[in-house]
Parts: sequence; C-alpha cells; structure tokens
Amino acid sequence: MDAVQLAIEEQVFEQHRHHSKSTFFWVWGALLVMTGIEVFLAYQNMEPIRMLSILMGLSIIKAALIIAYFMHMKFEVSTMKWLTMASLVFCLAMMVVFLPDAFRILHLGVR
Amino acid sequence: MADVAVPHAAAGASPYEPSLFGTYSKKIGMWLFLLSDSLTFGALLWAYTYGRVSTPNWPTPFHSESIRNATLMTAFLLTSSLTMVLAVRAAVDGRTKALRMWLLATMACGTAFIILHGREWSNLIAEGLTLPMFPTPPGHPSAEFADVAKSVPQFPATFFGLTGMHMLHVTIGVIYLGVVALRKKFIPILLGLWLVAWLATPAYSPFHYGAHFLLLAAIAISIILWLKPKVYDPSDVEVAGLYWHFVDLVWMFIFPLVYLMSTRIV
Repeated sequence: MDAVQLAIEEQVFEQHRHHSKSTFFWVWGALLVMTGIEVFLAYQNMEPIRMLSILMGLSIIKAALIIAYFMHMKFEVSTMKWLTMASLVFCLAMMVVFLPDAFRILHLGVR
Repeated sequence: MADVAVPHAAAGASPYEPSLFGTYSKKIGMWLFLLSDSLTFGALLWAYTYGRVSTPNWPTPFHSESIRNATLMTAFLLTSSLTMVLAVRAAVDGRTKALRMWLLATMACGTAFIILHGREWSNLIAEGLTLPMFPTPPGHPSAEFADVAKSVPQFPATFFGLTGMHMLHVTIGVIYLGVVALRKKFIPILLGLWLVAWLATPAYSPFHYGAHFLLLAAIAISIILWLKPKVYDPSDVEVAGLYWHFVDLVWMFIFPLVYLMSTRIV
C-alpha cells in the first residue's frame, strides 16, 4: 500500500487511542434516553405538527451525536466536515420542493 | 491546508499530494457511498411524507405491542453502535480477541433487530396489512387491516418499501461484519443461516423467498475472498463501522416518522 495512506491511517488510529471510552457510553445513554422521551411523547395525544417538530428535533440531535462521536466526524478535518455535511443537507433539503404538491392534492376537487 | 498535511518522513516517498480530507482513501470512499445512500433513504422518507400529507385518512395501525417491539429494536441498534465503536477501538489497540468479541456482539444485536422486525412484518401481514406482491397467508385477516391495505394502499407500499430497504441494509451490515470478523469461516455459518431461514419460515411468508438473499451473499463472499484473500486491518474495521453506524442513523428517522407518528392511542 502507498506509504502516505499507511501514515494517514496510523495518524487516524492515534486519534482513536486518545478518545475516552466513557464518552461513547455517555452518548449511548443519551441516545437511549432520547428514544424513551420520543416513545413517551407518542402517547401524549399532541397536535401532529407539534409532535412531528419535537420528534424530528430529537432525531436530528440523535443523528448529530451518532455522526459526531460514533462516526468520528467531530475529529475529522474541517474540509471533510463541511463538504460532506453541507452537500448532504443541501441535497436532502432540495427534496422539500415536492411537498407543496402533496398539500395541493388535499385541496383538489371534482371537476 | 495546514491541518491536512501529514507530518512524517514517509510522505516524501509518494508522488501524490496528501489527502484533501485528511484521512485515508477507503474511508473517503465509504463516506461518499454513505452520502449517496442517504439520498436513497431521503427519497424514501420524503415519499412516505408525501403520501402521508396527501392522504387525509392516514391509518394509525401501531398498537402498544408494535411500539414496544419497535422500541426494543431501536435499543438493539443503538447498543450495536456502541459495541461497534468498542470493536474499532479494540482493532486500533491491536486486541484481536476483543475485536472479534465486539464484532460478534454487534452482529448479535443486528440479528436480534432483523428477527424482531421480521416478527413485526409477519404479524402485520397475517392481519391483512400486505402488498399485492406478497403471498396470501392462511386464516382470516382482521377487517381493519385488510381495509387499510385496500383503501390506503400508499401506507403498506411506503411502509414495506422503507422498512424493507432498511432491513436489507441491516442484513448486509451483519454479513459485512461477519466477513471482517471471521473471513472464510463465516461462509458455512451464512449457509447454515440460509437453510434455517428458508426451512423455518412458512411458504406464504415473504421471508421464505427473501432468505435466498443469504445464499447469494454466500456465493458473492466466496468469490470475493477467493479473488482477494486478505487479513482485515483496523482501517477495514473502521470503514465497516461507518456503514453500521449509518444503518443505525437511518433508523433514528424511520422509527419516529413511521411508527411513533402512526401510534394507535386507545
């Protein structure tokens, strides 16, 4: 293998060795607690839009914790963080363009 | 660019510039795949949302038993992410025995997720919430679920499409980790699992035919390991871990959107 690749791998592994294992257990605990809160909320008979907003907010926090700590993104260089995450959020946000059509269907009548 | 430079003498031995992303190529490749795959799931989740918004009488079929089952599945996936992180750490530290143990623990949690999900699907199908492409189960489906499948076909179509795609990813993840942990020794295990899954599921279950995916995977793995036999190093474990965490990440959106937003409150 390319010597540069091996050196980069060793550098990445050295970063891993410096992470405290307890952090991973805290993240895991936080994810389980947030899941419990979500399930509790599901039975609160809330207005759907309000519940959706809270559930999606919690899901985004959970996703951010998984990406940052479990997937190691917090410790990557800024080019990697910004290029990957910004492009992902942009592409997913572009799909919102279809949503107004779903609302339009609701108000279609018989001609 | 200062933060991505590789500070060692070996860098001079290569004619190439250091990586723009400050990490090794395999990991960048996996990240690019995951970005493209997240668009696949993004499209499916938007399709589900579109169907839900445009359908006034969207069903809420998930009773407390289903929610309990899905919560347990979520706990298994979250725990598998923890064991996967510990596997990566063991690989980096060179603790081979611990690495294998954590990988097997991750696979066990993933397998538990698949089994619980399969049970959930089987219950729904038996109650009449099904797709035209699935074989008809014997017995009498409940009128409520059969009615949902007929009057709101968007629900079973998007539900089975989205959760089926995710279940396929979890299955591939378990197989991927099995190859990294056990290499050639995993092939007979996979063939055994195929036989068990095929023979233990009734002929009217979609999993009876779906089990053949394990046979195809065993053939594909045999060819790959025959063409390129290798001992997997810590970078391979880390890259496999990225895939596994992604599968967990996607479920963090499917669980609230599909299950919790369709909870039956009595």
